[in-house]
Formats: sequence, structure tokens, C-alpha cells
Amino acid sequence: MAEKQATREAYGKALIALGAENPNIVVLDADLSKSTKTAEFAKTYPERFLNMGIAEQNMMGTAAGLATSGKIPFASTFAVFATGRAFEQIRNSIAYPKLNVKIAATHAGITVGEDGATHQAIEDVAIMRALPNMTVLVPADGVETRQAIFAAAKHQGPVYIRMGRLELPVLFDKNYHFEIGKANILRKGRDAAIVANGVMVAIAMEAAEALAQEGISVTVVNAASVKPFDRETLTLVAKEVKAVVTAEEHTVIGGLGSAVAEVLAEEWPLPLVRVGLQDTFGESGRPYELLEKYGLTKERLVEAVKQALSKAGS
Amino acid sequence: MNVIDLKRMANQIRQDIITMLVPAKSGHPGGSLSAADILTVLYFQEMRIRPDEPHWEERDRFVLSKGHAAPVLYAALAEKGYFPKEELLGLRQTGRMLQGHPDMKGIPGVDMSTGSLGQGFSAANGMALAGKMDGKDYRVYALLGDGELAEGQVWEAAMAAAHFKLDNLTAILDVNGLQIDGTTDEVMSSAPLPDKWRAFGWHVIELDGHDIEALLKGFDEAHRVKGRPTILIAKTVKGKGVSFMENAVGWHGNAPNAEQAEQALKALREEAVQLG
Ligand SMILES: Cc1ncc(C[n+]2csc(CCOP(=O)(O)OP(=O)(O)O)c2C)c(N)n1
Ligand SMILES: [Mg+2]
Repeated sequence: MAEKQATREAYGKALIALGAENPNIVVLDADLSKSTKTAEFAKTYPERFLNMGIAEQNMMGTAAGLATSGKIPFASTFAVFATGRAFEQIRNSIAYPKLNVKIAATHAGITVGEDGATHQAIEDVAIMRALPNMTVLVPADGVETRQAIFAAAKHQGPVYIRMGRLELPVLFDKNYHFEIGKANILRKGRDAAIVANGVMVAIAMEAAEALAQEGISVTVVNAASVKPFDRETLTLVAKEVKAVVTAEEHTVIGGLGSAVAEVLAEEWPLPLVRVGLQDTFGESGRPYELLEKYGLTKERLVEAVKQALSKAGS
Repeated sequence: MNVIDLKRMANQIRQDIITMLVPAKSGHPGGSLSAADILTVLYFQEMRIRPDEPHWEERDRFVLSKGHAAPVLYAALAEKGYFPKEELLGLRQTGRMLQGHPDMKGIPGVDMSTGSLGQGFSAANGMALAGKMDGKDYRVYALLGDGELAEGQVWEAAMAAAHFKLDNLTAILDVNGLQIDGTTDEVMSSAPLPDKWRAFGWHVIELDGHDIEALLKGFDEAHRVKGRPTILIAKTVKGKGVSFMENAVGWHGNAPNAEQAEQALKALREEAVQLG
């Protein structure tokens, strides 16, 4: 079994390294530092850590103020509370003035598990993606998370980074290169392409392998940068296949599936099947049981690729 | 119920909390145990409810604004007969009724879906306002956590409840002194509590949240207050009744394993025997 790490875990470690490098890094949390993994930063750099209590709106507004005065704030809480509770603070105090705030949200998606629907952000990418000036990143493993965190710190302007609670297989090695606005082709095929991010990338790779056994060759694209979205790479990939499937741990409305549909419709129309939550909230349960129940599995992706190809008439 | 019966019930509810958290393998014992006496008095003495008619329009309402304490609510509802006690063992499991946080769509007796701190209190205001509009005499109760007080929405609701003279609303504040990252004083101090609530126009009663008689008296007093809402500021112990969980921040959101649960249940059973 491959090595595993939760993206939130990698975030906590990346923060320590960033903090050493740059004295302007300030971390804020809202009484969840043990879960978001900012606690280690709090211990290492107590003078640059602010626990705001259970007050996400005030946390985002405070981060905006810190950014106006030269700090690079990373504001962390669960994705539901970051993008939901504090949405309008993010909109009007961070995105509109284009302030240098990094919203590092953990516990995204249904793999939150047992806490249930109130704690499972399934729409965060859609609402963050709708905001002008906002960059939206959904890394797939610990390695990519670390690079995404460093890239976010370097980027001038607001960034939303979506991370999870669940331990994920480590997919990438030290040679992997993440760049904001760039998608990565992980595997090349001729028949169909799966465009995935986050939790679904490892599952997409498994599905591609299973399809290869059946003689269907599939390209897998990791689209960690949902915004800006890499139109060029997707268009090039689309021109070489007959159908596309998207895979995200998020509602199919407004997230990666929508971003891909928009680009395909405008650049190179192809049959498309969007795998994700089908306009439904999650529920309590063990993470892998929920992925199964809501159709976020290798088997579902295999089926979706065949559906997409049959729409393409092959 | 008399005081001794209420004490027995609170003990039973504590046992239910521990029992249901074991198969769930996750969940929140600390803030459930701190509120066990409060919910016992509400559900077994204070509230006018019909377990066989959970949507009865004249019923008193309860909102668990600190929704993570769902186990104490589920235990009270099950003991009251809203649903079979066996359901408790399905807590937090895929496809089962009892969600990690209260879900009014699927769980009989849950008056409001909660889990995002601060929001339940506003909903309780809405229920109290609807009661006033319709000339109904039902009462509304909301339980808040002391960490939860950091949410701005709590104070928006507090201001509105006084503004609308919601004397049919009683808030209970579970002052166990702990949240997740530490004590409330370390993380985000809300002192001085009684002064803040008085300044917001509330009638304030300070009491011991584990003293059944004090709770009964406190709710009685709230009934008699006219023209403004009442808050019971209840001093409690997080994890109350399970020695190794008491005042221990680490037991906010971790379930006991079978061995720990047995140790806790043994002590609770002994306490029950002493109660007679
Ligand atoms: C809006 C929101 N932010 C964060 C959380 C995560 N959370 C759940 S419980 C909790 C601490 C609650 O402390 P307190 O209100 O004191 O509850 P108690 O001690 O009674 O358990 C936090 C931060 C949440 N549920 N909702
Ligand atoms: Mg507390």
C-alpha cells in the first residue's frame, strides 16, 4: 500500500516551512486549530498566530485588515464555515479589494464523514469560483498541497485552497510541479479523458487502469487549479479524445464539472458526463462508505466513461 | 417527575450518551454530558410536549444551538419515547436516522436542524415570534455553548429577542469553560457574562447547571418574567459524570473506546444505585 497523508496534514507542515521563510506569514484560526493543523504553527510562531474563537466572519475581516498592512494571512477553518458563514466578508472585504488573503479551508466534501451534512462543504468551489479576483485550488495529495500552499503565498491576491480530512494516497514525487493556472496530464489515452481534482484524482487513475484492461485508453488530467482554469490544456486534450468525464468531490453544479463544460462548449464541444454529488447534501457515515453511496468510485467512473463514449457514438 | 426521578433520568441519559458513542466511534461527549441535567429538566418536567405527536402545533420548542451535543438531545428524545432506543446505536452511521448533528427532516422531536454554531439561536427567535403572531402560548428554549458566544450572530439574536420582547423565549447558556482549542478564557474571553446579557436587555439568572432544583426554580422564574427574554447562565462541568472526561478539553470531540466506556458506565451505574 502506498504512503498516505491528509492534505490538511501537509498544509500544517507547509505552514511551518513558510513561516520560517517569510516573517509576514500570519495564521488565523477559529477554534479548530487541532483539526485544520494550524496548531503546530501556533506553537512554533505564537506571535504570528491569532485564534479568533468561533467567529469566522470576524476572522475573515481581520485577515483583510492584516493584508492591507503588509501581512500575508492564512485564515483557516472548515470549508463550510469559511465559504458559507463568512461568504460576504470574503466577497466584499477580500475579493473585491483584491487583498492578499489566503483562505485555507479543510474538511471539504463528504469525506468529512461522521459529522454529517452540516459540516460537509459540497458547494464551496462553486461559490468561490464565482468571485472575481479569487484563485481556487483543489490539491490531490500532500505533495501537491505543499506546492499549492507555497504558490498561494507567492501569488499576489486572494486564494482559496480546498483541503480534506481524509488520508489520501501520495500520488506525486518531488519532481512534480504545480503551478497556479496549469493542469497536469497524468496519463495519456486516445478514447476519453477524465478531468479530476482533489480526492477524485487517485480514483480517476484507478479507473483509467481498469479501463485500460478493457481496451479503453483514457487520459487523466489533474485540474487542481479550478480558477484560473487551464483552457489550453483541456482544449488540447479534448481534441485527442472522443468524450470527457469530470470527477469531483463536490456538487456537479458550479464546480470543476461546470468549468470543464464551459470550456468544452466554447472551444471544442464533446460528449460530457459529470461525476460528483448530484444536487444533494451528504450525510453522516464513514468516508469511504459515503464515497460509495454517492457514486464517487472507480466503478462509477468506469461506467461514466463508457456512457460518455456511447454518447460519442463509439 | 420529582427531583429524585429527574436525577435518575439524568444518570440514564449520561449512560445513553456513553453507550451510543462507542459504535459511532466519533462524536462529542464533553458538551453532551455538561448539558445532561439541563435537558433532563427540560424534557421530563419543564416542556409541554407530546412524544407521539412531534409536530403538535401547541408544543414547546427546543433548539440545540450547540448542535454538536446531539447525543444528549437524542438520549432525551429516545428516553421520552420519540423513537426506539435501539436507534441510538446507529448514531453517525451511513444510511441511519441519527445524523452527527440534529436533522429536523429525519428525526422525530428535533425542532430545528443545527450544527453550525450561532444559527440555532436565531431560529429560536423566529419560533418565539411566530408564537406571538399566532397568539399561542407555547414557549421556546435554546441551549447555547460558551464558546459559541463568539459568533456575532448570537449577539444579533440577543439584541433582537430583547427588541421584540420575547418573554416566551428562554435561553440556557452551558458555561463549561471549555471549547476546542482550550478554555474560553484562553481562546476568546466572553467575560463578564451576566453584565453582557443584562446590557442586551435580558433577564439573567445565574445557577449551577447540575443542580436539578435550581434549574426547576430558574425555569419557573423565567415563566413569570414579562416583556423580556430570560437567560439561565448555567455553570457546568464539561464531561460531568465521567471522572476522566471532566474538565478535559481532549474529550470535546472524541468517542470513548469500549474499555473507556465500560469504566464510565460502571461509575454511572454505581451512582444510579446510590440514587436508589
Ligand atoms: C460556525 C461553526 N464554527 C465552528 C464549528 C466547529 N465547532 C464545533 S463545537 C466547537 C466548540 C464549541 O464550544 P462550546 O460552544 O463551548 O461548546 P461545548 O463546550 O458546550 O461543547 C466548534 C468550534 C461549528 N460547529 N460551527
Ligand atoms: Mg463550552
